[in-house]
Amino acid sequence: MADRHGAPRPGTRQGLGESLNRSYAMLLRHVYLLRGSWPRVLELAYWPVMQMILWGFITQFFTGHSEWVAQAAGLLLAAVLLWDVLFRAQLGVTLPFYEELYSRNLGHLFVSPLRPWELIASLLGISTLRTLIGVVPAALLAIPLYHYSIFTMGLPLIVFFVQLLVTGWALGLMISGLVLRFGLGAQSLAWVAIFALAPISGIYYPIEVLPAWLQPLALALPSAHVFEGMRAVLLDEGFHTGHFAAALALNLVYLVLGAALFMRVFALARERGLLLHSGE
Amino acid sequence: MAIEVSELTKNFGPATAVDAVSFDIATGSATALLGPNGAGKTTTLAMLLGLMTPTFGHIRVLGADMLRDRYAVLNRMNYASPYIDLPQRLTVRENLVVYGRLYGVRGLKARIHQLAEELELESLINRPYRELSAGQRTRVALAKALINEPELLLLDEPTASLDPDTGDRIRGWLEAYRAQTGATMVLASHNMPEVERLCDRVLMMRGGRIVDDGTPEGLRARYGRRNLEEVFLDVARHG
Repeated sequence: MADRHGAPRPGTRQGLGESLNRSYAMLLRHVYLLRGSWPRVLELAYWPVMQMILWGFITQFFTGHSEWVAQAAGLLLAAVLLWDVLFRAQLGVTLPFYEELYSRNLGHLFVSPLRPWELIASLLGISTLRTLIGVVPAALLAIPLYHYSIFTMGLPLIVFFVQLLVTGWALGLMISGLVLRFGLGAQSLAWVAIFALAPISGIYYPIEVLPAWLQPLALALPSAHVFEGMRAVLLDEGFHTGHFAAALALNLVYLVLGAALFMRVFALARERGLLLHSGE
Repeated sequence: MAIEVSELTKNFGPATAVDAVSFDIATGSATALLGPNGAGKTTTLAMLLGLMTPTFGHIRVLGADMLRDRYAVLNRMNYASPYIDLPQRLTVRENLVVYGRLYGVRGLKARIHQLAEELELESLINRPYRELSAGQRTRVALAKALINEPELLLLDEPTASLDPDTGDRIRGWLEAYRAQTGATMVLASHNMPEVERLCDRVLMMRGGRIVDDGTPEGLRARYGRRNLEEVFLDVARHG
């Protein structure tokens, strides 16, 4: 069959370019959503800014009362900003996925040539965008408000940002998979699951503060290595390649696990007909 | 053949939704899956689309094995159903742009313009989908289903809950699309006049099985009934 213009009708184009085009289409879908709702964009930045303001005052207080914080006034502010990278990156995957469930759109998406991994790629893309929209204004506001620029960290900042972004992606994919499997009744996982990691990620304190039995668990998290590495940089101990390598390796493992879980649940969803009946 | 199905079976635990169904659908034909609620029509459509994996059986659509190679043909088919939706906060145009890109449509802007004109969507094109009435949403869903000029169009109750005027327009557009393109259509419907108007073949389903197969005229004659609704009631109540 030819189309109306006489051009041949090929099968679904399968090249990388076509895959990127489909992922871009899904990215565009979420950009349209943000573009059409300024309150959503403001909301993305609201919590990181509020957190930064709160921790800025705490830092000011501790700078005069704590020798440790006084060594590097940006310790707590950098920590809160980087923690928000992790949290926003995870929300950046799960919330756009929830949007598809809320709008009962999965059925339409998966009768189209969209592959599950192309959806995953688009979720990672929109997560990056949402994280930047959320965290960059807070980081910029910290400069006039507290005379602290996280950007002075330089190249390591990019490394920490990317590592935490990937950790957030991995968690986001796992949570999205669980919500696809168990339905929107489990959606609160997006907001609560990550806080189980917070105490053992060593965001505001070194891992050595934790009980000895808990430290191996902490070191199995990429985020713990990132925050240890961040403190090393801020306390002029230099860039710690050991923590960098550990975080990188762990992130790869968790990202593969997250993607594998999502793909497995997707296959299960096809078996059980969940794609047709997903939604509120 | 546009569709070849053999021994198609879907079990959900101990329940059998579709029970060893076999049928072929000729290219360019319009076929209705007809049957009472729970007959297995939507499940059969979902398996034809690759949205659901069968427990057993084989499906070939447009020459491709849908269990192994569905991505080879998914851009040549499309689907509309009132039971799945489009992103609510996106405008009609944004929805069509997203789906046009997903289907790899060339000349997308012109195609959207054409569909907006044909389906009388011009005045709605920049309105959010959530603000549309049921009839308007059905037109947009149909525009999405036609965005890639599918060779195979699968429709689940395409005019469910629409007023007679809107339903009639939708049926008219579907007839026109088939006449223009020679596309194959498969629809599940409870609307008998719609089936008689649009379809040249009816597969009657009950309890997950195909219990009869024929043209609307042939079925009426076989059951000695005046219309397809009476045939439907015979099949639904008495088998």
